[in-house]
Amino acid sequence: MLALGFCFPAAADDIQDINKLFRQGQHEQAMGRVNTYLAGKPKDAQARFLKGLIFTEQGKTGEAIRVFSELTEDYPELPEPYNNLAVLYAGQGQYDKARIALEMAIRTHPSYSTAHENLGDIYAKMASQAYDRALQLDRNNAATQTKLSLIKDLFSGTAKSGKHGAAVQPEPATVAAPQPAAEPVAAVVAPAPAPVAPEKVAVATPEPPVPPVQAAAKKSSANSGNEVLKAVRDWAAAWSSKDVNRYLAFYAADFKTPGGEKRSDWEGQRRERIGAPKSISVNIRDARVKLVDDSHASVAFKQVYRASHLRNISGKTLVMVKSGGSWLIQEERSGK
Amino acid sequence: MRAFLLLFALVPPLGGAHAGELGGAPVSRNMETLLVESMLSVSSSKLDTAMTEVDSLLKINPKFKLAQLIRGDLLLARARPLNNLGNAPEAEARMEDFRDEARVRLQRFNEQPPTALAPKFLWQLDERQRHVIVVDTSKSTLYLYENDNGQPRYVADYYISTGKKGIEKVAEGDQKTPLGVYFVNANLPKNKLTDFYGSGAYPLSYPNEWDRRQGRNGHGIWLHGTPSDTYSRPPRASNGCVVLSNEDLENIGKVLQVGVTPVIIAGQMDWSGEQDQADRAALLKEIEQWRANWASLDTDRYLEHYAQNFSTGGMDFSAWARQKKQVNAGKSWIKVSISNISAFAYPTQPGLVVVSFEQDYASSNLSNRMKKRQYWMKQNDRWQIVYEGAA
Repeated sequence: MLALGFCFPAAADDIQDINKLFRQGQHEQAMGRVNTYLAGKPKDAQARFLKGLIFTEQGKTGEAIRVFSELTEDYPELPEPYNNLAVLYAGQGQYDKARIALEMAIRTHPSYSTAHENLGDIYAKMASQAYDRALQLDRNNAATQTKLSLIKDLFSGTAKSGKHGAAVQPEPATVAAPQPAAEPVAAVVAPAPAPVAPEKVAVATPEPPVPPVQAAAKKSSANSGNEVLKAVRDWAAAWSSKDVNRYLAFYAADFKTPGGEKRSDWEGQRRERIGAPKSISVNIRDARVKLVDDSHASVAFKQVYRASHLRNISGKTLVMVKSGGSWLIQEERSGK
Repeated sequence: MRAFLLLFALVPPLGGAHAGELGGAPVSRNMETLLVESMLSVSSSKLDTAMTEVDSLLKINPKFKLAQLIRGDLLLARARPLNNLGNAPEAEARMEDFRDEARVRLQRFNEQPPTALAPKFLWQLDERQRHVIVVDTSKSTLYLYENDNGQPRYVADYYISTGKKGIEKVAEGDQKTPLGVYFVNANLPKNKLTDFYGSGAYPLSYPNEWDRRQGRNGHGIWLHGTPSDTYSRPPRASNGCVVLSNEDLENIGKVLQVGVTPVIIAGQMDWSGEQDQADRAALLKEIEQWRANWASLDTDRYLEHYAQNFSTGGMDFSAWARQKKQVNAGKSWIKVSISNISAFAYPTQPGLVVVSFEQDYASSNLSNRMKKRQYWMKQNDRWQIVYEGAA
């Protein structure tokens, strides 16, 4: 995983050790270790995340809020710090701040179920406050315990693939070096999703984060991979902006239409489908590029499609070919 | 608990079996309980429970607009946070009315009436007055009492709407509900009314003798129902009338007696205490003294029962005194007996009591029987008559 490529094995061990101390309740020692670690790597997301958790466990809510808050600023693509920030705000009865944080978490990761659940709880809490105000009910809402879930593992609750790595590093994709023949091994180690306790902020099951081990890809491959990804993003952007001509221009001359229909018929259907909804939004998640050679690649990703009232998440694979300096779509397959 | 309430709410509206006498909590109370419980569930952040509760209520009573609004809120709360009760931006102007109703319903739920106590205003019931109504505008509640051998016995209470501009009606069109002692004057059946009045209407005796004396005017203060598409209206919604749900109006309609049933409209309910009992005894004694002085043709002592601020039909105290002296001088004997006395303390004026009775008068040259009404006032520690006339 590129993301943690800068985590050398020793560093990963460090994080694991600190995590272990934290989970054993040895907060002082964990804090000492994490501070030492951060002295060398002040930007490290995992270490800072751990520091936030330690503060939380120590009841130093203000400090914890500051740590998670800064993490959201430095790594706005990570949903976990937003979620934990929300949990802390909710604990203080600051439901509106909690709501905003959770909405940010969901904006970065629409399928992030913990954040959805937490947001549902926040909405219920806010409905409660609204009714208490309307009915002039005098209750101490802040005192009632919220049941939001704190995330204990960065890159766990939502992790299915390399997207978290993507989040930590500016470059959001994982690129595998071309694999000659046989089984292409996915370069991504997906950590087992840690079970998130649905009730309360109680300590989650100790599950040390699996440090994603990643052999750095060859530079040239990485560049090609990035080009492919950029093409996929641009394709999604053209689709989202309902710019049909630009969208259709991403399809290669020898594009294999899904039903084997004539290219012109297929284009007609696409024009119609893309023209119909008021608005469309297509987001690419968890993209994984597999380079076959310098001019052939396939990209598998999760496609989050929203159009007016419809919302659909599906797996998609694009078979891409480089032609005249541009990566174009040769084949478009739905499903995993 | 939930199932229990639901069962109650499913009992069909009171039918013939209850005609003439009402028993148990009215169905409307159970609907109100379901409504309030759903609001309290929201207040405890239990939105799913609240939805189940409001759904079961709407199944029984789809015209309960406040319940529909809460259901809308609950649906909305799944997608975004609520800022208030009642989220219908295009109808925000009407939302405050619904919020008022929600608060009133909650208050009624929290403060069930002390059924063992008698309202302060009910001093003496005439035996023909089988029931009496007391309205508390501050709680948007109408209380129904039964005359149990002269003692008021609590029967039921109902949510009501009153004047949109408040209480203490003074003038025609001021959209306020009058406060005072009134009687049911008529019964207007549903088929003579527009849909707006619902299941019927009972005009009240506003403006009464005291209102006229205070210069208050206007007319058409009724007890009536709601339009067919509406279960209940907001607490402050009428042009001065007292509005009940149609079912509730039908229920009390069974016991209302035209020309007989008193309707006391108070800004605030109060309960009878020892001082009221003592005052009542003193007043009844004074009334008997008045009768005895009159019957014995002791005109001076008879006139001492009338206050200096007495007036009736354009006559002040001195004109009245002159006339009474003149009339009594022409009699060799008179007999006066009174019966069916009722007495109601005035809700807005401490020490003012509306007394009504049947008067049987016989004399050497004239006899008659009439219904009489007197307003007695305690001034300088003495009960005196400030108004007298035919009822």
